[in-house]
Amino acid sequence: MVDTAESVPPRPADAELLLEIRNLRIEARVYPPGEDPRDVTIVDDVSLSLPKGKVLGLIGESGAGKSTIGLSAMGYGRGGVRITGGEVVLNGRDIMKGGIRGFRKLRGREVCYVAQSAAAAFNPAHKLMDQVVEAALVHGTATRAEAERRAKALFKKLSLPNPDTIGDRYPHQVSGGQLQRVMTAMALCSEPDMIVFDEPTTALDVTTQIDVLAAIKDAIRDTGVAALYITHDLAVVAQIADEIMVLRHGKLVEWGGTRQIIKEPRKEYTNALVSVHHIEHVEQAPTPAPLLKVENVTAAYGGSDVKVLKDVSVDIHPGQTLAVVGESGSGKSTLARAITGLLPPEEGTITFDGRVLANALHDRTRNDLRELQMIYQMADVAMNPRQTVGTIIGRPLEFYFNLRGRERDARVADLLEKIEMGKGFIDRYPAELSGGQKQRVCIARALAADPKLIICDEVTSALDPLVANGILKLLLGLQKEENVAYLFITHDLATVKSIADSIAVMYRGEVVRYGPKTQVLSPPFDDYTDLLLRSVPEMELGWLEKAIAGRRMESAGN
Amino acid sequence: MKLIAQRIALGVLLLLAVSVLIFAGTEILPGDVAASILGQAATPQALANLREELGLNDPAIVRYFNWLGGVLTGDLGTALTTRQDIATTLMPRLWNTLFLAFWTAAVAVPLAVILGLLAVRYRSGPIDKAISGFALASTSLPEFFIGYLLILFFAVKLQWFPSISTVYDGMPFWQKIQAIVLPGTALLLVVLAHMMRMTRAAILNVMQSAYIETAELKGLSQFDIIRKHAFPNAIAPIVNVVMLNLAFLVVGVVVVEVIFVYPGMGQYLVDHVAKRDVPVVQAVGLIFAAVYISLNIVADIAAILANPRLRHPR
Repeated sequence: MVDTAESVPPRPADAELLLEIRNLRIEARVYPPGEDPRDVTIVDDVSLSLPKGKVLGLIGESGAGKSTIGLSAMGYGRGGVRITGGEVVLNGRDIMKGGIRGFRKLRGREVCYVAQSAAAAFNPAHKLMDQVVEAALVHGTATRAEAERRAKALFKKLSLPNPDTIGDRYPHQVSGGQLQRVMTAMALCSEPDMIVFDEPTTALDVTTQIDVLAAIKDAIRDTGVAALYITHDLAVVAQIADEIMVLRHGKLVEWGGTRQIIKEPRKEYTNALVSVHHIEHVEQAPTPAPLLKVENVTAAYGGSDVKVLKDVSVDIHPGQTLAVVGESGSGKSTLARAITGLLPPEEGTITFDGRVLANALHDRTRNDLRELQMIYQMADVAMNPRQTVGTIIGRPLEFYFNLRGRERDARVADLLEKIEMGKGFIDRYPAELSGGQKQRVCIARALAADPKLIICDEVTSALDPLVANGILKLLLGLQKEENVAYLFITHDLATVKSIADSIAVMYRGEVVRYGPKTQVLSPPFDDYTDLLLRSVPEMELGWLEKAIAGRRMESAGN
Repeated sequence: MKLIAQRIALGVLLLLAVSVLIFAGTEILPGDVAASILGQAATPQALANLREELGLNDPAIVRYFNWLGGVLTGDLGTALTTRQDIATTLMPRLWNTLFLAFWTAAVAVPLAVILGLLAVRYRSGPIDKAISGFALASTSLPEFFIGYLLILFFAVKLQWFPSISTVYDGMPFWQKIQAIVLPGTALLLVVLAHMMRMTRAAILNVMQSAYIETAELKGLSQFDIIRKHAFPNAIAPIVNVVMLNLAFLVVGVVVVEVIFVYPGMGQYLVDHVAKRDVPVVQAVGLIFAAVYISLNIVADIAAILANPRLRHPR
């Protein structure tokens, strides 16, 4: 195979370059506990170029150096990161020569930035309009009145509600999806040549993501701005980018036209990214005796009138997986809290293994607690950072089974074997583990209690696709070995397809669709499930346009 | 608005509780007021008469409500030792204390905030270290030591300011200011460091936020970022520590007032504690508590007003 990694994708000969990065090298000083500080290389010899008005997608797992490269185009290093080699040529000049004053002149004027979490990236103390026009005013590219007029036009273009008055609101008064669009308007307001989009839709629900994606794409097309689009989701970037660059460990893996990368990937790693999520899982039929029966459960926080769960009924069968899907705020995690007793239901019963569970946590027996375990989204905050892996996994063994000393250690080693990590990890601290390894330790801790049901709350959402896939395979394998049932909470429908036996779709505290996987995922659909399914990006050129067109037809009454 | 009303109601309740505590505290002190006034040579009959006259024979609860009723109508009682009305003797002294506190705060608060901002702007550099070092040194020195140092240099050697800070009614404003420069400076050095370091810490904490990066990526200068984006979000903790220090300026000035013989509340309190003049101690204690509680209410309200989430609900 010819090594094509370094080659520039085919372009028209007259393409005028806006940005050219040559042999970029970025380092950071790390301070490992108990060791001397040392420099690590975050980006190693990466070169890229971007013609005017084109979109280059940067894709890779966390730690691949995508954001670092994107920010280097603005001369910015996050958290002590230093650009130690190479050239960044923007509009024909090497920006690295301009120093901090030079950077300040180009930031917000030639290059603007759209962050992953607009909710955190907006200053809570100022009105949106003041923040949107700020860059234009600082650089003197427009008067306040001009900038505001332009901002309102952009709000309209990005289909924000009440474009004339939304600027008077504070960030907390606007929803997450809307904020993300306001941030795009903010980036466009000073008429830059290029925008760096840093995972702009990753924090959004799929149903919101599709709108924001379409808005960003339209805005890019209509203003002719160039963009670096950073994401870990290949299906998303395929909708927006003209070219895609795949990065791994700070090095270039493959760079090509969008069609080539997703249809004919030339590198093995790219191929793995493209074909991720292909886990074949044949669903099992429901059994006559469910392990957990949730019947007509209604719950509210603090005796309020707003019911966060409304008349919810689902069953989980022994050794099977029930996936609960829905967007944020739909009550998925609340259902888990009700089942575990953290939020005692106001009405309804929860039957577990043939016995009715007490509503409140403190009324349950130790055996009830043992048989029902939980794994969380954020593995690193679910573990005590000052305890070793051995202590973390050993704790439930001591607590539930009174295992001590050698017996306990043997069981811990056994569990580490089960999660494919090996007993070498027994003395490690959580900080020394990768994201995937941390989640594996949490799985081992749950398994240590020898439970019949494990509630998995978005356990793969914070992980990179390939790592997440490994966790899903592990969970499926453990299910076979241990005959443990899962309640799998997720917003990601692709994950659901790979792991579920039955599915409950939740919307605003209610179960709107429930049944075996194949039945739930086959037409005819109810409106919400249909919207949810059609909002999941597919790795296919032109999917976004089709999906949006489908929606428009519907709202037109077809 | 509801939150603010809640805070104020809570403050009033707290003040009532404090009044009970002050009363109970002076009640359980050993010894007998009548005996200490009349001295050891008093006859039992004279003691009994004085007790009767002072109402010391009533049950404690009756005396508490009599006292509280008096306080609410502006009558703080009569000093046992001098037989003067406490309110009339206290008022000018209270004003003197507030005068000193006000002018000290008027210099100290802006200075502390500006130094804090500068320390953040040039963080970890020589300016930051110099500011922090100076501030730490001045807090580490006890206020009486600073006071005597100031007197030694500026009053005795250089003779710029008087060493005794006498103020009286009808004194011209500039003379008054001149008189309080030294005690004011001593107090300033005590409170400055705390406020400045808290300002620095609060702003540095905000500087970690994602929206600071947004501002940086808009090409704003460091100082604009701190002033426009960091400071508004650090107001709540800063106001809190400022109010604590303002409270100290009113209630914690005893030592400085004594050193500079300044006719304020602190001196008055010390004199009467020595003489076991219970009504005066109670009155001053209550005023100190009121100042402390109301400044903290102001801090809470400022924190509520500084939070756009509370000011502009969804």
